[in-house]
Amino acid sequence: MIEIDRLEKSFGTNRVLDGISLTVRQGQVVCVIGPSGSGKSTLLRCVNGLESYEGGEVRVSGRRVDRRSPEIRAIRREVTMVFQRFNLFAHRTALENVTEGPIYAAGESRASAEAHARELLAQVGLTGKEAAYPSQLSGGQQQRVAIARALAMRPKAVLFDEPTSALDPELVGEVLTVMRDLARQGMTMAVVTHEMGFAREVADHVVFMDRGRVVEEGPPAELLTAPREPRTQDFLRRVLRPLE
Amino acid sequence: MSWAGFLRDGQQFLPILLQGVWVTIAVTLCALALATALGVVWALMRTSGKRWLEWPAMIFTNVIRGIPILVQLFYIYFVLPELGVDLNAFQAGVIGLGIAYSAYMGEVFRAGILAVDSGSIEAAESLGMSRARVLSRVVLPQAVRIVLPPYGNNLIMLLKDSSQASVITVAELSTQARLIASSTFKNQEVWTLAALLYLCLSIPLILLVAWLERRFGRR
Repeated sequence: MIEIDRLEKSFGTNRVLDGISLTVRQGQVVCVIGPSGSGKSTLLRCVNGLESYEGGEVRVSGRRVDRRSPEIRAIRREVTMVFQRFNLFAHRTALENVTEGPIYAAGESRASAEAHARELLAQVGLTGKEAAYPSQLSGGQQQRVAIARALAMRPKAVLFDEPTSALDPELVGEVLTVMRDLARQGMTMAVVTHEMGFAREVADHVVFMDRGRVVEEGPPAELLTAPREPRTQDFLRRVLRPLE
Repeated sequence: MSWAGFLRDGQQFLPILLQGVWVTIAVTLCALALATALGVVWALMRTSGKRWLEWPAMIFTNVIRGIPILVQLFYIYFVLPELGVDLNAFQAGVIGLGIAYSAYMGEVFRAGILAVDSGSIEAAESLGMSRARVLSRVVLPQAVRIVLPPYGNNLIMLLKDSSQASVITVAELSTQARLIASSTFKNQEVWTLAALLYLCLSIPLILLVAWLERRFGRR
């Protein structure tokens, strides 16, 4: 579904992605963990074509992702994205946020887009909030609108870029629950996250990244409880037991 | 100046001044249309990220902003005919004011576009929207809300600056007032009336802008 092959990306002299390779298969949930600045977000942004890259290749369903090619729009409709800061359209209601893509990117009719959007808002637990503007919603509600917006394109995969990092701690659960349900329905997902509990429970595969490289990867039970690499052990100890 | 005398003079001068009011309104509206259209072009060019578009727009707007409107009007009305472009006073006034204000409007629009949350633009791109759709559905609607107050402010200034077109013989309100004042020497009455008429035009605009701010500024 998503193939990342020896991807290289620099911002100026700073090498953010240093020949990284990663595959997300159909129906798989891959969690990417690692310290800030390790290139996790940039990796997802390259898959969506929001960033260009210098070396290697990203392929979605076998097609090369190139943000300057005309094909990029079709690829983006197949693999949509949920952002750390929600990035909702502030001037549109929850319902309009969800219908915007289907109507104006995919050419769906308003009636069918709205019917689908209502279903999706119900699925993320926001029935009754259709007419609310983002400023009238809590962070957790906004992020759930953003998830509905990403699903409205009927994507083959969804990318989550630290979806709970900007939320109050008490609101994290409602977003993770929606994501877990989505995973159980078989959605292909790539999730950059600091929520180790979510990774352990939901992920099929966990990747630990540092300095633009994959340090270690494997099933969550192995990687999160018995990591082999010292760098992974060190990171997990700091995240899981910050006071020690 | 007695009240009775003022009212009597007013009755006599008002029809002539009102002719000027209509010209003032026409010049302002036509110049506003031109300034808005051109202003959007400058703003889009300057935020395009393409140097060959950014540079001409930047040079043009800064040259225009750096020359007094009076000089621009003289240039269009007196110099362009020597180059074979013949315009009547009204056309020259509209074009002069429109181009001058397009530079100010362009800056206002540019600031508005830059103030739109870049995250919402990325979100639209990530859904696979075309550049034109991102612009028309996400950037411009949000920029309009940001831009309305300074836009309205420019509109009020344009209304008043339309009086500068009197130097190239456009028969707008201040031209008419000067005409009457210089033939009757009733400066106090004439200019008081002219000032009141300008206020009658600008105060509704001020209220309109305040209403638009409330209407669109809510979110």
